[in-house]
Amino acid sequence: MNTDLGLWAVPIAVLGGMLRVSTPFLFVSLGECVTEKSGRINLGLEGTLVFGAMAGYGGSYLTGSPWAGVLLAGLAGTLFGLLHAGLCSLPKVNDIAVGIALMILGTGLAFFFGKPLIQPAAPMLPGLSLGGWSDVPQLRSALEVSPLLLVGVAIAVCLLFVFRRTRVGLILRMVGDSADAARAMGYPIIPVRVAATAFGGFMAGIAGAYLSLYYPGSWNEHISSGQGLIAVALVIFARWNPLACLGAALIFGGAGALGPALQSVGVTSGYYLFYAAPYVLTLLILFLTSSPRRALEGAPRELSITK
Amino acid sequence: MSEITRDAPRLSSLSSRLQLSEAGRRRLEGALIPLIALLAGLLVFGAFIALNGKSPEEFYWLVYRGGFGTWFSLQNTMTRAAPLLLTALCVALPAQLGLVVIGGEGAFVLGGLAAAVVGPLFGFAPGPVAILMMALAGICAGGLWIGLVGAMRHYRGINETISSLLMAYIAIALMHHFVEGPLKDPASLNKPSTVPLEPAMRIGEIPGMDVHWGFAVGILACLAAGFVLSRTTFGFAARIAGGNARAAAVQGLPVGRLILAFTGLAGAAAGLAGMIQVAAVQGSANASLAAGYGYTGILIAFLARQNPVAIIPMALLIGGIDAAGGFIQRRMELPDATVLVLQGILFVAILVSETMSGRLLPSRNAKS
Repeated sequence: MNTDLGLWAVPIAVLGGMLRVSTPFLFVSLGECVTEKSGRINLGLEGTLVFGAMAGYGGSYLTGSPWAGVLLAGLAGTLFGLLHAGLCSLPKVNDIAVGIALMILGTGLAFFFGKPLIQPAAPMLPGLSLGGWSDVPQLRSALEVSPLLLVGVAIAVCLLFVFRRTRVGLILRMVGDSADAARAMGYPIIPVRVAATAFGGFMAGIAGAYLSLYYPGSWNEHISSGQGLIAVALVIFARWNPLACLGAALIFGGAGALGPALQSVGVTSGYYLFYAAPYVLTLLILFLTSSPRRALEGAPRELSITK
Repeated sequence: MSEITRDAPRLSSLSSRLQLSEAGRRRLEGALIPLIALLAGLLVFGAFIALNGKSPEEFYWLVYRGGFGTWFSLQNTMTRAAPLLLTALCVALPAQLGLVVIGGEGAFVLGGLAAAVVGPLFGFAPGPVAILMMALAGICAGGLWIGLVGAMRHYRGINETISSLLMAYIAIALMHHFVEGPLKDPASLNKPSTVPLEPAMRIGEIPGMDVHWGFAVGILACLAAGFVLSRTTFGFAARIAGGNARAAAVQGLPVGRLILAFTGLAGAAAGLAGMIQVAAVQGSANASLAAGYGYTGILIAFLARQNPVAIIPMALLIGGIDAAGGFIQRRMELPDATVLVLQGILFVAILVSETMSGRLLPSRNAKS
């Protein structure tokens, strides 16, 4: 069936992989972007993502509707976000350390409750075909995307608008840039941060549901390969800009798709090195864009990780 | 967690009745808080087990039997604690400077790989020499890996938590690449591995015990780290810099060199742990190296509140729970992730308990 495309097969496969692989990065990084704008960092999103993958799969299996699964995953993620936010609102509790702990707890709970879900098959999320105009089957299958990707893009644009043009965005940025200023203006610090962290958890839960219900589309204990953590790094090199998060997620997805794409045209050596490409890329970008002398441009000043 | 706060007023009256000195008060509080947190964590986890229709009493009894109750299970616990002592140091040492390094897994894996490569090169030398060279290789590989994290932090301002984790993923990918590619022993078919080490290059057991020497090395490393931190100017400088980096720099302390030294030593500890795992347990480097010893080390370091000497009991506790895990899973028909849930709950409990410091036993001259 497939047309012989020669080397063109590689960019097309990378494109398809990019669109599929980037979606969870996009959701987690947008959520974390909001959390970090409020001055907190949640490293526990990795655990939230894994739990979301389990909850989404379980919800889809039990109700028969994959969208109910997505909603359930989002709600479960919100609970983890609230837990992180609540614990970090206690005095002297470190948000980075709580994040690491919740990473372990979320993963543990996901595996604990997800054990009976490894065998049964849950209904998957449908895809959208954007490649109907093309005659090339590979391109058509590459442009088969999840509606969640489009939702993610829309959320990125909305967030940019919210940050720049709305009162809510201004309050969020003020709480993240100077808690003292926000307090002086009479805005509540902790409720804003709790809401921002809950939103981050919600988005990470959705990202998990995407993993288990669309791509790769199964539930097992190796469902995540650190997407939740990488997304935190993505936010830093996207400079807390939602549109840049979209770009970063796409670049990252493309880097992750390179290995399998090359494998599909017969380049098999160095598979694991290609697997490491996204991590090397993130590190490289962090290296090139950091400076020891000044704080990162655009960084919320209350954020512990950039101090 | 509410039972903790309710206990607080009673305990503070205790401290005033005991007429403690300020240092004594702080030391007592430093010991009491983690204990209360551990108990609270065990209670919460017990409730979790009960909610799932199992008996918490049976669970904890089985942890005791499977991890600590018999000489056999105690030796098993010590064997499991051996790598954790060193990977916990990989977190606790940089923590003295206020750095949160969570990528010890990478140094562990590369240390093990380096040892498996260097060992066979010294096939001509007597066993102990080869073991020494392997240990050096593991120390260097791990030290350079986490030292690089420290260097990126100091020279480029890159956050060490994120970079160490990214480096861990890269290290694991490198290990898979070498073990399944250039360094693969053609004879290892089912599980790609490096060439097995000669028996003379293997680390043996402590006489009279079923526990390898790596356990003793780990204990010594923790004690040595505790000594250096509390009794030498080097350790003192690190604690000053961890308290306030700017003040330390104004005082002329070489903050940059301290960061490089502590991250390097931290990586060296994790790399040595990887070497010990290869030379004492696995016999060659393969995918089993990335079994999460580095990540469990994070938990232990935080449970020990970054105190190197306190790592010893905490590593034994977590090692014991780990050792009992399989046994409990079979007896109680619980998923193997139960241990992970327990670890997560203990971790959260110990972090939340930090909020009590300075309030559990309030000092008389300062209100906090």
